[in-house]
Amino acid sequence: MTVNVLMPALSPTMEQGKLAKWLKNEGDAVKAGDVIAEIETDKATMEVEAVDEGVLARILIPGGTENVAVNTPIAVIAEEGEEVADTADHAPVDRVGEEDKAQEQAEAAPPVPGQTAPQDEPGEANKAATKAAVEAATPAPKATSVAAQPSPRVAPEVPEGTTMVSMTMREALRDAMAEEMRRDPSVFVIGEEVAEYQGAYKVTQGLLQEFGAKRVVDTPITEYGFAGVGVGAAFAGLRPIVEFMTFNFSMQAIDHIVNSAAKTLYMSGGQINCPIVFRGPNGAAARVAAQHSQDYSAWYSQVPGLIVISPSNASDAKGLLKAAIRNDNPVVFLENEILYGKTSEVPALEDFVLPIGKARIARPGKDVTLVSFSIGMTYALQAAEQLAKEGIDAEVIDLRTLRPMDTATIIESVKKTGRCVAIEEGWPQCGVSAEIAMRVQQEAFDYLDAPVLRVTGKDTPMPYAANLEKLALPSVADVVTAAKAVLYR
Amino acid sequence: MVEESGVVPASAPTIPPFTREQELTAFREMLLIRRFEEKAGQLYGMGVIGGFCHLYIGQEAVVVGVKMAARDGDQFTTSYRDHGHMLASGMEPRRVMAELAGKRGGYSKGKGGSMHMFSREANFYGGHGIVGAPAPIGAGVAFANAYRGDGRVSLTFFGEGAANQGQVYEAFNMASLWKLPVVFIVENNRYAMGTEISRASAQIDLSKRGAAFGIPGKQIDGMDVRIVKATADEAIEWCRAGKGPYLIEAQTYRYRGHSMSDPAKYRSKEEVQKMREEHDPIEQVRARLIADGMSEDELKKIDANARKIVAEAADFATADKEPDPSELWTDVLAS
Repeated sequence: MTVNVLMPALSPTMEQGKLAKWLKNEGDAVKAGDVIAEIETDKATMEVEAVDEGVLARILIPGGTENVAVNTPIAVIAEEGEEVADTADHAPVDRVGEEDKAQEQAEAAPPVPGQTAPQDEPGEANKAATKAAVEAATPAPKATSVAAQPSPRVAPEVPEGTTMVSMTMREALRDAMAEEMRRDPSVFVIGEEVAEYQGAYKVTQGLLQEFGAKRVVDTPITEYGFAGVGVGAAFAGLRPIVEFMTFNFSMQAIDHIVNSAAKTLYMSGGQINCPIVFRGPNGAAARVAAQHSQDYSAWYSQVPGLIVISPSNASDAKGLLKAAIRNDNPVVFLENEILYGKTSEVPALEDFVLPIGKARIARPGKDVTLVSFSIGMTYALQAAEQLAKEGIDAEVIDLRTLRPMDTATIIESVKKTGRCVAIEEGWPQCGVSAEIAMRVQQEAFDYLDAPVLRVTGKDTPMPYAANLEKLALPSVADVVTAAKAVLYR
Repeated sequence: MVEESGVVPASAPTIPPFTREQELTAFREMLLIRRFEEKAGQLYGMGVIGGFCHLYIGQEAVVVGVKMAARDGDQFTTSYRDHGHMLASGMEPRRVMAELAGKRGGYSKGKGGSMHMFSREANFYGGHGIVGAPAPIGAGVAFANAYRGDGRVSLTFFGEGAANQGQVYEAFNMASLWKLPVVFIVENNRYAMGTEISRASAQIDLSKRGAAFGIPGKQIDGMDVRIVKATADEAIEWCRAGKGPYLIEAQTYRYRGHSMSDPAKYRSKEEVQKMREEHDPIEQVRARLIADGMSEDELKKIDANARKIVAEAADFATADKEPDPSELWTDVLAS
């Protein structure tokens, strides 16, 4: 009997990786636990162990292959002396389960062509064709997979003719920090695993090597304490970038973010400012459940004295993080783990800094305004693609900055479309979309042809089970449905 | 005198004497705080000062002793019983009083009040309403000192009640791990609002609270300004030498309630009376100065001067205008 060795997932959000090299050859005897190969993602390198005793009968994916999808069979282990037939016979062990998931998706989504497998519809705008092709070949999407999002329109701030380079949001964030650290010696990074480990999500990769331990500071697990230390250092004139491994842990530190960082300029009559950036992944990742999946967008964006930024793509992430580091105020910079590995175009400018507080029209349209930010943009843009196929021309606005919120751009759009849907992964009550709806009814009431609707995360803690998690999060179908509802279609 | 991470016994064998000049400095500074706080209490009663108002009367020797050991540029951070720390830092009494009164001439333009005041030029970093907050913030100020290598020491005060907050120990750990130049001064006035220390702390010798982090600690009589100054000298020297943080537990006493609205029924009048009569930090200095040949008249002149400064501050605060309504919207964000 043969056993397939599958491409393993190194993290809850990993979809593919590089099979770096084989440490065993075909025909070698292996025991369970023997290291047979090494795989890499942009985050980590890990060893693959044999799952059973026998002979490494076949290597299905050669060493050095990039973009190998999780769960792809990479080798076959056979009993000694056993004949191994054509590799095509060897389906992934859990293939049945994956098909079930795909079926569920098909059932959950409306009967629109292309909806069952968004990966198959990367969109015309998607320039990362190779990547999309690989993602399309993935056996089945993970529950919250948002692969192959249509490339957002590049920021209007980028001059025409600028050379663009493809990079992941992870790389863009790292480059933003490195550029600012080169520019200003008072900028330093502090947080858990930011230095030696190269970042829990590898966002700070390489910074320790370039800037040294004085400026890239590993902390104990002590969020309340290091947030306070960062604030004290900022009061005294340094510019700390405080990384929370995830914003879920910032709840430990929220006292210093709100009471110490946000309020002190006011409480000191303008004397003591706090130039600090609190950054890290925010919101749901994949299958990490209630305590590791909370969205803090609404929480922090309620607080006067804070600036809150939440980008959806690499270009905005870079330009806005650089702006945040230079800003003289405390900035809460909400990233997203699922977006870290997504590649998009970033202008190859020497010093690319975006304005804080300006939304971006990611897709112009005239029939309905979709407003979102961060990973919510993924749903909004995909929904817009689908709506386009039905003759509905949606305008999609990426807020980019949540506080101060660029109300003018939303209002201008709603005056044109008369209809608005706000989308976020956070909870509904007192959420960002609730705020958007309030502002729209207050400032564009006479232009509205339908009530403002919102698509949000469900009003529950985040469940672990894949199907429940999927139900708890917004979907492209939800956005399409809401957009049609405000159009009475 | 201090072991690397040991706890030094409370009984110092000898009290290092002050020079006449030092005695006078201590007397003048402590008396100014005493008179200021008495006046603040009166103005509170008159409704000029509102909200919460925590007086420092009885504890003057702690901040004055530390200030006498500090160098220009060393920073002070404390929680909300902060008027004494601001005066000791050299902040103007009239602007502190105007802030207590919520007037535009106050250090925070009237927007911070008694509990939230700062002065960058005086190196005073608050004035924090969350009692444990000074520990990590003071450690952060020390982080900046170490980052720049400028030889400054962060002098960080909080009460024995705050010493039970978790953030204090998070700060202790990092300060020791990174050898930050910060002196943590626990002002143990025995009552966290109405809770006597033995009802709240499993270990009431607070100088031992740093031992788990390798921070040397010393428990001292915080009513004797000479002892505070001598201990602060050692602590600051320790920090400036790059050896990391140092912990001082200054045993002190507040004569007034926790805040103005506290009737202080959790302790006896006799207990307060005994502290005033036998341990008053200012009377101790006065007695030594008299014994050293100073005349009552000379000391009265110093007192009269303190009263004059405070009266002027009160007049300024009372007469000053409230902030312009437009100030509601300023200083929310730095431009």
